[in-house]
Amino acid sequence: MSDQSRAGRFEEIALPHLAAAYNLARWLIHSDQDAEDVVQEAFMRAFKSFNGYYGGNSRAWLLTIVRNTSYTWLHKNRLLTHADPIDDKLDELGLDFSDPEVLLLRSVDAQIVRAALQELPVEFREVMVLREMEELSYKEIANVVDLPLGTVMSRLARGRKRLQALLAKHMGKEASIELSTNA
Amino acid sequence: MSCQQTHELIHGYLDGELDLVKSLEIEKHLEQCPACTQNYEGLRTLQSRLRDNSLRFDPPAKLEKRLRSALRKESEPRSPIFRWSWAVAAASLLAAVVIIWTVASISSRPSPDEVLAQEVVASHVRSLMANHLTDVPSSDRHTVKPWFDGKLDFSPTVKDLAQQGFALTGGRLDYIGNRPVAALVYQRRQHSINVFVWPATEAPATNGKASERQGYNVIRWSNGGMTYWAVSDLNLAELQQFVQLLQEQT
Repeated sequence: MSDQSRAGRFEEIALPHLAAAYNLARWLIHSDQDAEDVVQEAFMRAFKSFNGYYGGNSRAWLLTIVRNTSYTWLHKNRLLTHADPIDDKLDELGLDFSDPEVLLLRSVDAQIVRAALQELPVEFREVMVLREMEELSYKEIANVVDLPLGTVMSRLARGRKRLQALLAKHMGKEASIELSTNA
Repeated sequence: MSCQQTHELIHGYLDGELDLVKSLEIEKHLEQCPACTQNYEGLRTLQSRLRDNSLRFDPPAKLEKRLRSALRKESEPRSPIFRWSWAVAAASLLAAVVIIWTVASISSRPSPDEVLAQEVVASHVRSLMANHLTDVPSSDRHTVKPWFDGKLDFSPTVKDLAQQGFALTGGRLDYIGNRPVAALVYQRRQHSINVFVWPATEAPATNGKASERQGYNVIRWSNGGMTYWAVSDLNLAELQQFVQLLQEQT
């Protein structure tokens, strides 16, 4: 295969996943410009290792590289902060949804959902984005983030619980702002 | 199943990752436990809020251009010596490929189905890449169906499945298996589904056969003398549901 036709074939396989790649990088990195750079670097890395790709799930393959490139970038810029272990107590609380909470969640502004997700520690944020936005299966997520299947499920469970707590906090703020403006 | 077990497995249930037996057990428990049902409702609401497209970050249009030109630069030959050694490597690789291919094609020629499946996936990918999903963009089947008149020697059945969550977005002429075919395009959330239709030439060996290629799910079937192929990056369960809906109404 000539270099040009290799590039052509790579484009055919990788570019349809650009939207997913950028969405993941942007959610991990929090900056438009840096996410673009990371996506470009990931595509170059993917192109170089293209010979190692023998078919299979091209989206999960590419997202794995995007995720690893994002982590390298976060690490280099000292932005890699993992969840506070003290917060693990939060995961043990049998936090259930209450009726009014479900109602509130249904109507809450998308900006609040976005803010809460952004606040989630990165190891939870990534599985939430892969599962809910890119709709990857547990098996695909396990491949992308290099975790056992069982850990993927428990991380999603804990991620949702934490997100619920963060949302409750944000919605509480919104409610009190409404109250104070009405007063 | 107890509340404790339901708590542990409810996420797998929500994500469609449990086997049938466990799913049924959960459903049975939910029927009689208001607390767990409410918790499940909360999780479902949370999931649907996160699936809202407005939460996605869309890549700027210039990024694709930037990637294409970076790739072109990367794949340009560097120096003459380099190019020459590449030529030798390429020639020997080519020789090896020819030998392997000859041996392989004698022992296992790809079946006609295999070739068609490759064409169908390639066509699906092309339609997404070239931003040429539809020739006739319309969600009205009474617009899409007549559009094919005179362009094809058959008239494809066009179904509207918007009610069931698969919105018709249009139709397109395509060329597969050495003949012009109809491509019907549906949308499920951000996933495009291409359905290719042409008159069947032979009875299919396997109806409703699903396979995976390059990360895309492919299902083929035939009905009323027509051959159908559905391709999408949508998950298999939902694509199968879609195919079932098409078959039911045909």
